[in-house]
Amino acid sequence: MLTLVLFNLTNGIILGLFYVLMALGVSLILNLSNVINFAHGNFLALGGYFAFSLAPYLGYWGAFIVAPLAVAAIGLIIEQTMIKRVYPRPHVYSLLLTFGLAFIIQDLCRTIWGVNGLPLSIPNALNSPLSNQFFFITGYRIFLVGVVIVAVAGLFAFLGFTRVGTRIRAGTFDLDTVSALGINIGLLRAFNFALGIGLAGLAGVLAGGQIGLNPNMGDDLVLPSFIAIIIGGIGSLTGTLIGGLVIGIASAVTSIWWSSGSEVIIYILMVVILVARPRGIMGEEGMMT
Amino acid sequence: MSTTTAPGALAARPAGRGWVHLPLIWLLLISAPAWMPYVGGYDALASRILIFGLAAMGLNLLLGFTGVMSFGHAAYFGLGAYGAGFVLRYWIHSTPLAILCGILLGTVAGVTFGALMMRRTGIYFAMLTIAFSQICYYIAYSWNSVTGGYDGLRGFERAPLHFGPWVLDIRGNGLLFYYFVLAVFAICTGAMGMLLRSPLGRTMIAIRENPQRARFLGIPVEQHVWIAFIISTFFTSVAGAMYALLNNFADPTTLYYVISGDIVIMAVLGGMLSFWGPLIGAAVFVWLQDYISSMTVNWMSFIGLIFVVVVLFFPRGLLGFIRRRST
Repeated sequence: MLTLVLFNLTNGIILGLFYVLMALGVSLILNLSNVINFAHGNFLALGGYFAFSLAPYLGYWGAFIVAPLAVAAIGLIIEQTMIKRVYPRPHVYSLLLTFGLAFIIQDLCRTIWGVNGLPLSIPNALNSPLSNQFFFITGYRIFLVGVVIVAVAGLFAFLGFTRVGTRIRAGTFDLDTVSALGINIGLLRAFNFALGIGLAGLAGVLAGGQIGLNPNMGDDLVLPSFIAIIIGGIGSLTGTLIGGLVIGIASAVTSIWWSSGSEVIIYILMVVILVARPRGIMGEEGMMT
Repeated sequence: MSTTTAPGALAARPAGRGWVHLPLIWLLLISAPAWMPYVGGYDALASRILIFGLAAMGLNLLLGFTGVMSFGHAAYFGLGAYGAGFVLRYWIHSTPLAILCGILLGTVAGVTFGALMMRRTGIYFAMLTIAFSQICYYIAYSWNSVTGGYDGLRGFERAPLHFGPWVLDIRGNGLLFYYFVLAVFAICTGAMGMLLRSPLGRTMIAIRENPQRARFLGIPVEQHVWIAFIISTFFTSVAGAMYALLNNFADPTTLYYVISGDIVIMAVLGGMLSFWGPLIGAAVFVWLQDYISSMTVNWMSFIGLIFVVVVLFFPRGLLGFIRRRST
């Protein structure tokens, strides 16, 4: 029983970390650009596929570094050519735009890399389980946890201690004032968008090694990442972090007793939070609500 | 949604006031089975257009006329479908009761979810609508014994309609069913038109134009958004119930967020500031979807492209575009 609980808990943490990476990206973009990025899961898939195609030339580690950057670059191009143009318009347009982009990117992945799943091979060093009893704790999973911790800590340090990071946080609260202070918010939003998409790309490379690649691998992650944001509190990245971990662990632990409830529990949690604390765990009253 | 209508936006027309286009629309709809084959259509496609048109017009009461963004109307569409399906599958062989139950299920969900969301605005509101529609999707998906799970609710058939001694057998007859859908559509659009001319409708438009000002005038904005949301889910669930009758099944994809996106794009594509815009949007979108998916395996790219092109180049929709051209 202990092994079973630990097994599910581990799975929950891994799942939660993917939600965290996804939700932080969605949240960054939402906070500064007021855009819900439906295509975020498809950028995740792109990250995985890029790593798959780059690995033969750059090796796994090269691909691991380059793929997220390449995805961020694509994100930047899309932001500059299309999404930028809908910022001043009502929300419905940005939603529809990213919705359409999600379709297009998914179809492109399908056309280029095929409908069937592909494996993203990981270095042998990461492949072996650490012990027989805890077969589910593989080197890769520890590596994955480490990478996500480094990435998230890096993101928070960046937002907390650099000039650009401070501007992004300030823009979350009051973009007009930031703009009035002479900061180029177009540039800030573009950078922030690419940053969020880069996180999705990183999540894609990591997910590829864990579950393999397929054109709609990000679909199951994108909507829960919205829930993570709602639970954590809109406007708060710390909240998003907590929200992602909470729903990941909750859904894995629920599946011990109720196998088909792993998705439903996420939404039950959301409704409970909405009734008990409408602003979310870390959300501030009046913040985009 | 803080409604920032672009400067010089079209003055809202609450309902078709023109003498020309109203008879024209109804003439086209009544004669649709006759001319549809010439543009690659068929009876079921015509019914589908009307059904999605009704769903999009229902959504547009909220989106276009109250200025509130919902990206989760698939929930009410799908619940309408499941509600109708449940009646025919488990209870009684009656089409009117099926429709009523579909409406009831969809609208009750609208009332409940609306109550949980009504104090939220803007992008947060939109996000919650998505989340609530996803709840319905997962319930339909995982509650295998009742909903049929992934395969959907099957094994029912729309029942003949009884009007006293007369029987209208819409069962296997696509043409008769089209006219039945058209009748329901006519009743619903009539009701919508009357609603928009009523004080309530005027209040909705006032909220769209300037929520803050409406509040200063003493209008309880949240309650009115809630009411508009409920009315909107009501009409969308009527459409959903009709959809289940059209297909003789209800499956989880009717609840999936993709349908929400489809309904929104129909409203925007046609022109969300006009009464009939969503119907035109639905006609174009459903027809294109049908055509493209039979032509190419890459239909997803084309559908995605429709979204992108509409957003970037026709933000006012076809009606807005045409009216702009003609002025």
